[in-house]
Amino acid sequence: SPVTREAGRCRRGRAGTVLGQRGERGPVEMVLPWGIPPSGRSRVWGSGLAPWVPVVGLEIHAQISSNSKLFSGSQVQFAAPPNSLVSFFDASLPGTLPVLNRRCVEAAVMTGLALNCSINKKSLFDRKHYFYADLPAGYQITQQRVPIAVNGSLSYSLCIDNKMSQMVTKTVRIKQIQLEQDSGKSLHDDTRSQTLVDLNRAGVGLMEVVMEPDMCCGEEAAAAVRELQLILQTLGSSQAVMAEGQLRVDANVSVHHPGEPYGVRTEVKNINSIRFLAKAVDYEIQRQIEELENGGTILNETRAFDSKLGCTVPMRDKEGKQDYRFMPEPNLPPLILYDAKSLPANMNHQQVINIDWIHERLPDLPSVKREKLVEQYGILPEHSFTLLNEDGLAEFFESVVKHTQMKPKKVIGWVLNDLLSYLKQHSLTVKESPVSSFLLADLLNLLEKKEISSTAAKQVLAELWKGEGKTPLEIVKEQKLELLQDQKELEQICQAVIDGQENEVIMVVWG
Amino acid sequence: AALKDGLRSQVSAALKEGRVTPTELCRRCLALIKSTKFLNAYITVAEETALKQAEESEERYKRGQPLGILDGIPISVKDNFNTAGIETTCASNMLKGYISPYNATVVQKLLDQGAVLLGKTNLDEFAMGSGSTDGVFGPVRNPWSYSKQYKEKSVLKSHSEDEESDWVITGGSSGGSAAAVSSFTCFAALGSDTGGSTRNPAAHCGVVGLKPTYGLISRHGLIPLVNSMDVPGILTRCVDDAAVLLGSLAGHDPKDSTTVQDDFKPFELPNLTDVSKLSIGIPKEYHAPGLSSEILALWSKAADLFKNAGAKVVEVSLPHTRYSIVCYHVLCTAEVASNMARFDGLEYGHRSDMKDSTESMYAATRREGFNDVVRGRILSGNYFLLKQNYEKYFVKAQKVRRLIANDFVKVFRSGVDILLTPTTLSDAAPYTEFIQEDNRTRSAQDDILTQAANMAGLPAINVPTALSERGLPVGLQFIGRSFQEKQLLSVAKWFEKQVQFPVIQLEEVKRHDKGVFQHQKSASFS
Repeated sequence: SPVTREAGRCRRGRAGTVLGQRGERGPVEMVLPWGIPPSGRSRVWGSGLAPWVPVVGLEIHAQISSNSKLFSGSQVQFAAPPNSLVSFFDASLPGTLPVLNRRCVEAAVMTGLALNCSINKKSLFDRKHYFYADLPAGYQITQQRVPIAVNGSLSYSLCIDNKMSQMVTKTVRIKQIQLEQDSGKSLHDDTRSQTLVDLNRAGVGLMEVVMEPDMCCGEEAAAAVRELQLILQTLGSSQAVMAEGQLRVDANVSVHHPGEPYGVRTEVKNINSIRFLAKAVDYEIQRQIEELENGGTILNETRAFDSKLGCTVPMRDKEGKQDYRFMPEPNLPPLILYDAKSLPANMNHQQVINIDWIHERLPDLPSVKREKLVEQYGILPEHSFTLLNEDGLAEFFESVVKHTQMKPKKVIGWVLNDLLSYLKQHSLTVKESPVSSFLLADLLNLLEKKEISSTAAKQVLAELWKGEGKTPLEIVKEQKLELLQDQKELEQICQAVIDGQENEVIMVVWG
Repeated sequence: AALKDGLRSQVSAALKEGRVTPTELCRRCLALIKSTKFLNAYITVAEETALKQAEESEERYKRGQPLGILDGIPISVKDNFNTAGIETTCASNMLKGYISPYNATVVQKLLDQGAVLLGKTNLDEFAMGSGSTDGVFGPVRNPWSYSKQYKEKSVLKSHSEDEESDWVITGGSSGGSAAAVSSFTCFAALGSDTGGSTRNPAAHCGVVGLKPTYGLISRHGLIPLVNSMDVPGILTRCVDDAAVLLGSLAGHDPKDSTTVQDDFKPFELPNLTDVSKLSIGIPKEYHAPGLSSEILALWSKAADLFKNAGAKVVEVSLPHTRYSIVCYHVLCTAEVASNMARFDGLEYGHRSDMKDSTESMYAATRREGFNDVVRGRILSGNYFLLKQNYEKYFVKAQKVRRLIANDFVKVFRSGVDILLTPTTLSDAAPYTEFIQEDNRTRSAQDDILTQAANMAGLPAINVPTALSERGLPVGLQFIGRSFQEKQLLSVAKWFEKQVQFPVIQLEEVKRHDKGVFQHQKSASFS
């Protein structure tokens, strides 16, 4: 919605400090999915006189991964030249009509099913009106009355007391998923007092996922969003890259005393990473508590997270409270979905969407994948989290396991401690790793066959990172790192050592 | 071939046999457009492209490969349909000078079948009105104002002190299209029909006006008034021609999700000789306040005509029709408020010079771009859509709309095939009289007999029936079942044949252009 940001300064300078000193980054396997170390479990919020209960709900906009936009044939592409992906409909030329993109509907159904939602067999589109430069039609087509999916849930895990080994699983209810259009982008040039509009994004399909206020701190919110992100990426329904705006999170935050009704909530926007989400929510909780404890009140307002200052600042909403004047979209008939039971016999497959058909073809979700990894390879549950958290790491691990005789339980250490920490140090993705799964498997095989020692293996790995195209065996040979297998040769070396150190030998013999 | 001949039987044959060429037809029409310029029926005349299209058509005929009945036929299109390369204004300052980059589906279909697009016809601004008097290019004059028939009567009544004040309106909002067809400047024209905007001017101008079933013809490229009621309308000089046009336009359009998926098979109308199996319904609610006694008498006469021919004529009731106007007002203004939101001066159309802020630019643009009628409807529509009013007005109006539609369903289920009603309350009013009342009052009065069909999405047609005492056309309306256009048009054609509506005798035009009407007498029906 149209909001203009007010240049603001943080009132609280020590953002976040009240939450306890954050530790330095722990060993790799201890790092939480979103990259911040967890703080304490039963945190006591506020001064302690009367405890506070924070309540956090989320509204998440996930851009649908599709070739074309929700209601038009224009391409969807990040960072294309401005206004190069704009159809007549996207520019709201008079007389143009929306035509629903089947792929977007399927993506929403997949997502709904993955989040345990009931899929509405009949959903409706509505117009939400407001004037803004990057909203050419003067309204957004969304699903206000009857969204495509409702009443779901998302389970996510987070660890307690900074220990990966103590993970708890929590659930947040999903209120609904609605299909809607993205807006374009406005760039305000204050010095020349002009606004530049790019409509490339206008009309791209979004899924708005509304999470009920079932969370109580930044970490929970962050863990829930990270799990959602993994699910979306697994489904392929959204690329869900926050930095590219494919996943946008708004947090609704309020605090109250136990047993009392929920407090007035604020909405925090402008959160562009999962790490900042945790920070923003915790900051906002603490700000509200301090405000209330100092006798102040909380305004029902929209606030922006300033990642540089680490705090939230009020956003100025020029028109005050908006009345969006919702109205049914008259140019789109109700969206009808079918299941195996309701599917009309003579219907063309291309013309209908069968929920059951999509359900049967859902890929393994992250939680199932993790279970399978634990079961199949005997690794620890927390390891399975780390494996899934890095794009391609689980596949890498499985490939190494497949090509080596080493037990998976031992392989996991090499993958998580050596490979992953190296990649992190050098900010590389798994795909960019100079050491392929095959090379690592070769190396681990040498180790497993006792041809080299574990110390030598690390030396070889260090050589392999250089990516010079040598095989582990070549490096071993070059640097003469082999373990000696010949008993006689070994005896001779030992004898030579003994012979060369006569005095020491005598001292040892004589004690 | 005379300009007033039917397409299927006469003009098409004349073209095929080479008795007339598309270029000749086009030039004759263009000449007539010039000589009838005072009617103000056209906003834009696309002379150059029309002649080019006519030449291309001529080539096809020379090769013996015409594209069909419409090849080489001059047509006109209401100026709220997008036409690539030709200005599309909606008779509004907002879109003055706007050239669309694409053709409306219906326009494209006509061009694909070889039709020659002469120009864009005048209307009320954004089709909001019932007189074709409220556009930025001025009012359209009814060709019958200049007919021998009307002149004779007004002289008799010594009605005209001043000839200038004598002319009557066309009705609206597709008045330009109706006038264009009525004055022989084209063979057929596209209008749009949201509450009667095709049938009303058709009745006043003595032409056939068909509003097809909602969803049968694509709205893609029609600049919307009320999306849930808008239908492209067809204006022709006879029912057969309307069937030809319908056949060329109907069918699913992937660009309009509200068009029906079922295939549409173009049909040729049978010459009904027996109407004894028909059941004609006379809805008593259409005996509305303000209905002129003349029209009432004509309506009864028409019912008798069917009765005498053996048809069953029954009185039926559509009890919710009386709520139709107020219900329409809410739904219409709400959609107008929404549809007009896009005209903010940013992407296209008028933009004010006001530069204080984006918001003040929006406000000034819309104030300068829209007339009072449009602004008034936007204001009321936004009021009805406010959160606190939505249930009270919009939702209620939607429910009433359903009741109105159900009334029709019940009547048709009871065995009635076609409903027969008046199209308008009276014949066309003189302009000076018409503008005494404001647009809203007039629309409420004039739409009363036509817009229930839009509420219910039903097909309806105006058939010119007779001349009033003042020598002006009066039409009657037939309303059919959804997607039963063939039955509706067959009955309309039978009726058309019975009533033998007289041909307009355009004195003024004759004076201007004698050549064109040389065949007039021979082609006259009576």
